[in-house]
Amino acid sequence: MTEQIDIDTFNHLVDLASLELEPGEAEYIRKQLNHQLTAIHELEAIPINSETRPTSHGVPFTPEISPELRQDTWIPCQYPDAILKQAPQTEERYFIVPEIPHTTLE
Amino acid sequence: MELCDLSVSELAGLLRSRQASSVEILDSALKRIATVDGRPGSLEPGSLTDEDRQRVHAFITLTPERARAQAAAVDKVLAEGNDPGPLAGIPFTVKDIFCVEGTPSTAASRILANFVAPYTATPVARLEAAGGIMLGKVNLDEFTYGSSSESSAFQPSPRNPWNLSRVPGGSSGGSAASVAAGEGVLSLGTDTAGSIRQPAAFCGVVGMKPTYGRVSRYGLIAFGSSLDCPGPVARSVSDAACMLRVIAGPDPRDSTAAVVPVPDYLASLEGSIKGLRIGLSPDYFRIAFPDPKTGEYSLQPLPAEIAQIVHSATQKLAGMGAEIVEDVPMPNTRYGIPAYFVISRVEAASNLHRFDGVKYGLRTALPVRDLKDMYRKTRGQGFGPQPKLRILMGMYVSAAQYSAQYYQRALQVRSLIRQDYDEAFDPQGKYRLDALLTPTTPTSAFALGEVYGDSVLMQYADQLTVPANHAGVPGISLPGGIDHEGLPVGIQLLGPDFSEEKLLRLGRSFEMATETEPWRKLRPRILS
Repeated sequence: MTEQIDIDTFNHLVDLASLELEPGEAEYIRKQLNHQLTAIHELEAIPINSETRPTSHGVPFTPEISPELRQDTWIPCQYPDAILKQAPQTEERYFIVPEIPHTTLE
Repeated sequence: MELCDLSVSELAGLLRSRQASSVEILDSALKRIATVDGRPGSLEPGSLTDEDRQRVHAFITLTPERARAQAAAVDKVLAEGNDPGPLAGIPFTVKDIFCVEGTPSTAASRILANFVAPYTATPVARLEAAGGIMLGKVNLDEFTYGSSSESSAFQPSPRNPWNLSRVPGGSSGGSAASVAAGEGVLSLGTDTAGSIRQPAAFCGVVGMKPTYGRVSRYGLIAFGSSLDCPGPVARSVSDAACMLRVIAGPDPRDSTAAVVPVPDYLASLEGSIKGLRIGLSPDYFRIAFPDPKTGEYSLQPLPAEIAQIVHSATQKLAGMGAEIVEDVPMPNTRYGIPAYFVISRVEAASNLHRFDGVKYGLRTALPVRDLKDMYRKTRGQGFGPQPKLRILMGMYVSAAQYSAQYYQRALQVRSLIRQDYDEAFDPQGKYRLDALLTPTTPTSAFALGEVYGDSVLMQYADQLTVPANHAGVPGISLPGGIDHEGLPVGIQLLGPDFSEEKLLRLGRSFEMATETEPWRKLRPRILS
């Protein structure tokens, strides 16, 4: 089996995904990803012509079965305190997070 | 037989004739849970004991006080001479992927272990409004990512009531196990690739994936948003029909909940199936399996015993008046899993970005340098291997340089899979099917630990169920027989969009045609 996702690519993905992995866990996951890609490559065997449109939903949501769009009106949340109570850290009803790193966009 | 083993209609009769109260029915279910379930799943399970190996472990959270208050309320409504609703007094369990106000709603993940939902999912709210009694939240694969329920962060994971060394299937393993063991009369599950139908088949119960959009997803912790379908798990087709009638229908809180009237599924349940056209496809009698060493795929015939059970079901339905149409081509069935590996991962990765330790759920207790470091440590500690795999694969296959090769192609393959069903069900077409009859799974329940760890082999357990998720069409798994190991085998009926009424009618016909067969008398080993 080829290793399409090498260690550098994998580490880049892990960084983009904001994950931190234990070494053993990283090796297992990278191996499984490559294993899964082998399965995904089965898709290449399928003849697809350019007229085959991509489907984002199996069921066609025609206007007849689609709900009407809601009015664009503001509805106050009924339970803000219950939501805030779930937060790991709040102060004066604000979510508190650690320092946000400053990065310069290239 | 205890009260908790009876059907919805039997319990409704007892309740309305005052031969049993809602509290008595609840007590019966709680007693069964105390007898068979063992300790609930937890994040710090310690070692598995011999006693653990003899229990079902369907639950993560049991909510007896809440249930008792609901049951007392139903009894009060009855005593006042009012109608308490179509599911009055019926104990049900909820897959712990649905938010229920005031209950831990964990998705079987460490990252949500401390999350108490501030609101209730629409299907659960509808079950409760119909008088149903929620017993608690049942275990599943972490975030529904699996086909055995073993990946739950809450261990011990559920076991199969028919054989406690086997998995109950997944991801709605706790749902199917709880219903099979008589702990709940009904359970609310979800099906993204087969997660209702596969565990229903493994546990010898009925499981229905409704048409995408038939049941609201509001309050469901999302996996694959274009694939997820809430649906019923029950011990009979009639019970599943009662439940679907209650949970289905439009919902202003979910724009994909279709505006399609909900029929009275029970009214036509025992109607004739004479002249209904049922198709058999050779593409559902071949199974694809990857070689773990080479990665090469081979197509193998379905195990003879399972094929025989489907063929026997075909004869029963023909005997009830259905027309059988053979050799219906469904050539893209085998690409269901490869396409799913791409589409579901992209959607899962997108949905999992919200778990970041800011607004709810786990935040790492370790010291952190800054926000990004907090994200990494929280997500590293909070997610198990299956969510991590899905995030990373989803990001890889949707990256700009690979998207055309993988994601766009998978969406095109999805069109081809849908096309297979459109042609089979086209009322003016060559086949004009009302339903396709297939096996639900390529095997019966496998042993705990046998497949877990091999994410590809595990995914292929869904190969006969996932095409319906791509296409959005409804499907139902019914107990079809028992194999030589004493394990249930499921048969599956698939139909065109919003044809649940017809699938339920066909399912009920099959039940009636087989009700005197010896295998129908068998019960899960945990109850014998």
